[in-house]
Amino acid sequence: MSNIQKDEKTYLFDNPRNVSRLLLGFYVICGVLFLADFVAHRHTTHPWEGITGFYAFYGFVACVVLVLIAKEMRKVFMRKEDYYDVDE
Amino acid sequence: MWMSDLPPFIPFYIAALLVLVTRGWTRNIVLLATPILGGLHLWFGVQPYVPMVATDALVSAKELSFQLTMLGYQLEFMRVDKLSLLFGYLFHIASIIAIIYALHVRDTTQHVAALLYAGSALGAVFAGDLITLFIFWEGLALSSVFLIWARRSERAIRAGIRYLILQVMSGVLLLAGALIHFHQTGSLAFDFIGIESTAGWLILLAFGIKAAFPFLHTWLTDAYPESTPTGTVFLSAFTTKVAVYALARGFPGTELLVYIGAAMTCFPIFYAVIENDLRRVLAYSMINQVGFMVCGIGIGTALALNGAVAHAFNDVIFKGLLFMTMGAVLYRVGNINGSDLGGLYKTMPKTAILCIVGASSISAVPLFSGFVSKSMVMSAMLIEGYDYLWLMLLFASAGVFHHAGIKIPYFAFFHHDSGIRTQEAPNNMLVAMTIAAILCIFIGTQPQYLYALLPWHVEYWPYDITHVLAQLQLLFFSALAFVWLNKKGLYPPELRSVNIEVEWLYRKLLPAMGQTSVNRLQRLNQQIAAYTLTIWQSVKLAFQSSRVSQYHLASSWPTGSMVLWIGVILGGYLLMDVYF
Repeated sequence: MSNIQKDEKTYLFDNPRNVSRLLLGFYVICGVLFLADFVAHRHTTHPWEGITGFYAFYGFVACVVLVLIAKEMRKVFMRKEDYYDVDE
Repeated sequence: MWMSDLPPFIPFYIAALLVLVTRGWTRNIVLLATPILGGLHLWFGVQPYVPMVATDALVSAKELSFQLTMLGYQLEFMRVDKLSLLFGYLFHIASIIAIIYALHVRDTTQHVAALLYAGSALGAVFAGDLITLFIFWEGLALSSVFLIWARRSERAIRAGIRYLILQVMSGVLLLAGALIHFHQTGSLAFDFIGIESTAGWLILLAFGIKAAFPFLHTWLTDAYPESTPTGTVFLSAFTTKVAVYALARGFPGTELLVYIGAAMTCFPIFYAVIENDLRRVLAYSMINQVGFMVCGIGIGTALALNGAVAHAFNDVIFKGLLFMTMGAVLYRVGNINGSDLGGLYKTMPKTAILCIVGASSISAVPLFSGFVSKSMVMSAMLIEGYDYLWLMLLFASAGVFHHAGIKIPYFAFFHHDSGIRTQEAPNNMLVAMTIAAILCIFIGTQPQYLYALLPWHVEYWPYDITHVLAQLQLLFFSALAFVWLNKKGLYPPELRSVNIEVEWLYRKLLPAMGQTSVNRLQRLNQQIAAYTLTIWQSVKLAFQSSRVSQYHLASSWPTGSMVLWIGVILGGYLLMDVYF
């Protein structure tokens, strides 16, 4: 294990263009998946599933809610790394 | 050539003895040959006795019985049906992978403990009665704790002790439950138990500790991340999955389990998002995955039970793969904190790709193994009308993708460049991880082979446009949320920290209460001592002021003369004894 050398080669994601290409591709796929709801004929078992964009919307909201709640939890539950190792 | 009634744990226990006396290549051959030959024996030499039918209750099968009499009681070591066989195959595969992964380790303790541990897991799933189950249940606890202690750090030793206390408690509950069960029913056979009796509750609690039910889960998130890089791979494969097997055998269709399982899928993901130790993140996600299995068992239909055990099968492989990649990082870098890692794809590209395969599998991306089993549980949930719990599970599905599917590979291998330059994982680790990754993709693309092994007969095929599209939408938009939160700077950074949870009760509150009690007792002791002293002094004063104190025997004497007088008295007694 050694630290970065100055003349090191650049790796795949060192180039910001590669990152933006990846993200662009990702956004396109998201868009296509969302639009697929209008095209594909789905066999749903539950009425909620039939709502257009249900899964897309639910996935997005679920994750945002998850992260925001978890962030708030830190205020209550987070302690220093050695919390259990030292007696107060 | 095969002994069809040889219980599968015996080769592992014998190999553990052989490993003690061998070194180097001989030892490696013993290590590798045991699960391979054992697995082949199980595959070719052992057939299930009764084919399972699509009913909720299990048909007990005991043709191939290897029995032993202990204290006048028949122990049944070899109950073979499709349920026990499935877990038997699984534990052999897991052993092969984990042993290859740990082949470079030169630590006799770890090898012996690992073989005994795998053997105990096999013993438990083929146990036909509750006493045999109890023996291997405790075997699991006693052997696995050495894999934690093998880290040999202060933290690991303390975590191991806490782990052992809870695991042994589980065993004690199981034994108590088994004895009450025997008293009530006159039978110790390990079949459907249910929660109609006290015995059932005790046994459910025992299983619940090992299955990491909420509030009983702390041993898992506490101890697993403290084990050695290789030890955690073994640990992740056996204990919780034996518990899932035991629940599927003893409590299928117990509705309470649906609610417990749903809680298990949801609460750990919040902790997983803010946890820094990436192996602890995986430990939380393990509770989440076991939650899906517990839900399936609680629903109890053929589809749900098949989904539960199939998910257990897949989970061992993909969770093992994820623990292996994180173990490889820990082995090479010496650190597994998300806050200190990043950019490792540059020097560990193969490990990074294998990690992504594991992450895709656990997130149930179509064409990876998690998808073909988790969707069975989800479908069963909707069919049985648990609408709101289904929403919880869907939330947990998005959440697991978020913390295990994205967070683990992202913070370890990508993210910002931490400046760490290391080297690729050792070859044996790469081989083990590759086998697991191939299995993930194979099961994901060819699920019919896994489905054929499932205990209950039900027609199911996960690949239709409805399922695939729904799952892809859920996952891609969860990922979109991750990207959006990161771009907005709302995503919580990885911080060096611990997050307090249930274990706080016994790691902080209880010791603090203990300390307070000790302090109180000490104060009380001091008060009593002071009080006694005052009384004693007032008595002394009263004595000295009285006329008795003038008498010469009342004045103080040296110890020597006291001893002399005692000698004289004893001598007098002796003479009296001799002459009278």
